[in-house]
Amino acid sequence: MAASTDTGVDLRTRLQTWLPKLVLAPSLAIMLVFVYGFIAFTIYLSFTDSRMLPSFGWVGWDNYDRLFRIREWNTALSNLAVFAVLYIGISTLIGLTLAILLDQKIRGEGVLRPIFLYPMALSFIVTGTAWKWFLDPAIGLENTMQLWGWDSFSFTWIKDREMAIYTVVIAAVWQSSGFVMAMFLAGLRGIDNEILKAAQIDGASNWNLYRRIILPQLRPAFLSAFVILSHLAIKSYDLVIALTGGGPGNATALPATFMYSYTFTRNQMGIGAASAVIMLMTIAAIMVPYLYAELKEKK
Amino acid sequence: MTVMKKLHMTAAVLALSTTAVAAQEVEVLHWWTSGGEAAAVGTLRDTLAAGGISWLDMPVAGGGGSDAMTVLRARVTAGDAPTAVQMLGFSIQDWAAEGALANLDALAAEQGWAAVVPAALQRFSTYNGSWVAAPVNVHSTNWVWANTALMAELGISQPTSWEEFVAAMETAKAAGKTALAHGGQAWQEATMFDSMVMGAGGPDFYQAAMVDLDPAALGSDTMVEAFNRMATLRGFVDDNFSGRDWNLATAMVISGDALFQIMGDWAKGEFVNAGMTAGNEFTCFRVPGTEGTVTFNSDQFAMFNVTDPAAQQAQLAMASAVLSPEFQVAFNLVKGSVPARTDIPADQFDMCGQMGMAQLAEAGASGGLFGSMAHGHANPPSVQNAMYDVITAHFNGEYDAATAAAELVTAVEIAQ
Amino acid sequence: MAVASPDTAIRTSRITRVFIYLFLLLFALFYLLPFGIMLVNSLKPLSEITGGNMIALPQDWTIAPWLSAWSTAQIGVEPTGLRPYFVNSLVMAIPAVVLSTMVGALNGYVLTKWQFRGSTIIFGLLLFSCFIPFQIVLIPMARILGLLDIAGSTPGLILVHFVYGIGFTTLYFRNYYAAFPTELVRAAQIDGAGFFQIFWRIMLPSSGPIIAVSFIWQFTNIWNDFLFGASFASGGSAPMTVALNNLVNSSTGVREYNVHFAGAIMAAAPTLLVYIVAGRYFVRGLMAGSVKG
Repeated sequence: MAASTDTGVDLRTRLQTWLPKLVLAPSLAIMLVFVYGFIAFTIYLSFTDSRMLPSFGWVGWDNYDRLFRIREWNTALSNLAVFAVLYIGISTLIGLTLAILLDQKIRGEGVLRPIFLYPMALSFIVTGTAWKWFLDPAIGLENTMQLWGWDSFSFTWIKDREMAIYTVVIAAVWQSSGFVMAMFLAGLRGIDNEILKAAQIDGASNWNLYRRIILPQLRPAFLSAFVILSHLAIKSYDLVIALTGGGPGNATALPATFMYSYTFTRNQMGIGAASAVIMLMTIAAIMVPYLYAELKEKK
Repeated sequence: MTVMKKLHMTAAVLALSTTAVAAQEVEVLHWWTSGGEAAAVGTLRDTLAAGGISWLDMPVAGGGGSDAMTVLRARVTAGDAPTAVQMLGFSIQDWAAEGALANLDALAAEQGWAAVVPAALQRFSTYNGSWVAAPVNVHSTNWVWANTALMAELGISQPTSWEEFVAAMETAKAAGKTALAHGGQAWQEATMFDSMVMGAGGPDFYQAAMVDLDPAALGSDTMVEAFNRMATLRGFVDDNFSGRDWNLATAMVISGDALFQIMGDWAKGEFVNAGMTAGNEFTCFRVPGTEGTVTFNSDQFAMFNVTDPAAQQAQLAMASAVLSPEFQVAFNLVKGSVPARTDIPADQFDMCGQMGMAQLAEAGASGGLFGSMAHGHANPPSVQNAMYDVITAHFNGEYDAATAAAELVTAVEIAQ
Repeated sequence: MAVASPDTAIRTSRITRVFIYLFLLLFALFYLLPFGIMLVNSLKPLSEITGGNMIALPQDWTIAPWLSAWSTAQIGVEPTGLRPYFVNSLVMAIPAVVLSTMVGALNGYVLTKWQFRGSTIIFGLLLFSCFIPFQIVLIPMARILGLLDIAGSTPGLILVHFVYGIGFTTLYFRNYYAAFPTELVRAAQIDGAGFFQIFWRIMLPSSGPIIAVSFIWQFTNIWNDFLFGASFASGGSAPMTVALNNLVNSSTGVREYNVHFAGAIMAAAPTLLVYIVAGRYFVRGLMAGSVKG
């Protein structure tokens, strides 16, 4: 890239060619150790008989075999599928809708925007309790509605084995849809108004403007939202612990809670590591194609 | 490799800013963080301070101590173990097996611990015959807490058998009250399950199923009966039990909305805080069917290996203070539990405390003292949590009793 | 970026606008509700809460829970409240945020303006680090901190947060600088400006918005982290979240919900402030940054 020309090799130019690599090298080294080294270590652990602390007795595929015989793991996997699809879908939909509406020269945008955004700033250690109370039929929404005279109102999802996972979705959407809104809003503000004006002169309806011109231009925003949301979905831990503790029963267990429980609470580090490896493979299966597509385009 | 060098240098420079560790100091990892219990531990700190030993506090609450255990693993892996760590049951044994714990034998012999600490507790405080931990208290978990005013109103006298217990709850239910206050969290369900297993099968069965993990006992008809009793209890809880904190369930008994709660003796603190006294506004009795036995858990301070002689001295001073009668009384009065030594006069304790102390000594002598499965004193954490899974799934209606017993056998097998 | 007008050209009718406002207000309510519950309960005596009055307004207004959470609540054996831990969190968060933002900026600069063979792959490797589950790094990280002799100290914690922040900051800066005209850099090069000179004189002055994004994201994540804080900082140097957790999560003691909520709002105050004050830059920065992918 840098010009290496003219009168032989002077030291300064050579330094300039090497500098970028030198600047990047520490980050790369840190990543190789602290991310890829640790991943390799976890993969290794998943084939050992580690329990409370890492130990190095080789047991082959035994941990994976056990893992898939544990019913809770299957629950966790299918919960993750339900949770991730709904969470990513609904957050994107709400985020996009709010962004589009907020983009209509709304008065008070400066007030509304932080209101939509703030949940991302709160830790779930305590917000979870507020949510738990709100969703609890005896003291929360259902009770309030009935006090206001709507006697037939019923909302008992958090107590229901089949429905509890959806309350986790609600709280998760609450936390991050505002953030998604901000990403889309930024995207909308970046669209060139000249194109829109031209289309309006041609008589295009608002619906068509959005469908044909605006949404396609938001593609990078969709992808960024997807990455951030899937990262949050896969790492969801605090949320579940605070809201349902994985219950009723084990109905709302997710791979992240499963992994923590087996690695640290149950002293079965080998199985915990095996579940982490499966999780990492899932992440890689989603992320690598995305990264590949994104980075390739840049060329 | 300038990178690593740079990192090293930064690290070294940064390390200078951390304070050097004073010699006469104990660093204590624990999860006693709520007002009353923290104040109780504070008395231990004051005792040590009087002897010139400073206390470096390291509280990590959450998950009934499981977060503290996670932190402990990070600390030990980093080669930076605390002096003393609050621990429950099998964790002590696991750490002792790793060779991480100190030997307290000399002190124990000098102060005669073996004579005053019940054998069932010593099973956890010692490893291969050597003392590695100092027991702080004994919680017993097979208690029923009841609102006496409501009992009088409904004409219920204290039930003495499982049938009477069920009948009493029927009466309360018919009167439109919640018969059994319960919070639907796995450990709370397991707490009740301990008593159901004991009640359905007696001490020998409890030993075979919960401690020896005998598959035949785990899958037996007696176990099915224990699960059936759980289902009976399930019929007496209100619709909103799921996910409720235990103290909110206790609040239901306090307010008179609910009749009974099956919970460990820490529930007493809630009653006392609400201005009630044992024997008057509220009462306590053993879960019917488990009389004569006590299922317990015991908080202990496991002592980690320290090399510095001054630190060793401080550690021994702490262990000695923990087992001193003064601290045992001061701490347990606040905590609701009973002292880990059986030679302490009970006169300062309230009715439930005195009953607890007498029954502990009695059960200890007659062989009726068992570690609680729900609280990690019957089997290792992997098995304990595998049992949680089955118990809570059954309680929430995923299995019937027979399936639950069969699942219990499988779950325990996978966990071992 | 400066060319794009902040206002859309879409026109809407009056009735539609009424519905838009209604819809937005409805959602504002949805977002505010849990915070409202926390705030209301932090202002009532405990007896009202355990008495079953959890959603209603206080009958007896009181600020005692706030005072207690700040300065007298029992965190460990010391009744210190959250006050001392506040400083710990700041001492930990600010260096970690600044370091990771600086490194992210340099990385982004190299990855867009000084690309070399393999730089794209390096970017991919850095990016994937955003997705590592923190639970698996705990034990090996403890080992390394132990070897470096900074376990259980604030510097150790700063290092950890710095390491796992690089991926995100690099992503933000790279995408931001990708839209920055490369001709300017080349022109400066021809004028004889060096690598760092260009970065310092040309790139940084126009990086305001993305610095805001990086700062907000990192600050929120680091401030709210519990797992690393609990594991790698001991007792006295524990961050706010660990203290808050100790306040809130006592398993067998009396639970003072009003104090918990007051504490939670306090603990969140810095991040809330950052979002409200810097929120406008956030949207502006994202607009120029990551969404342009």
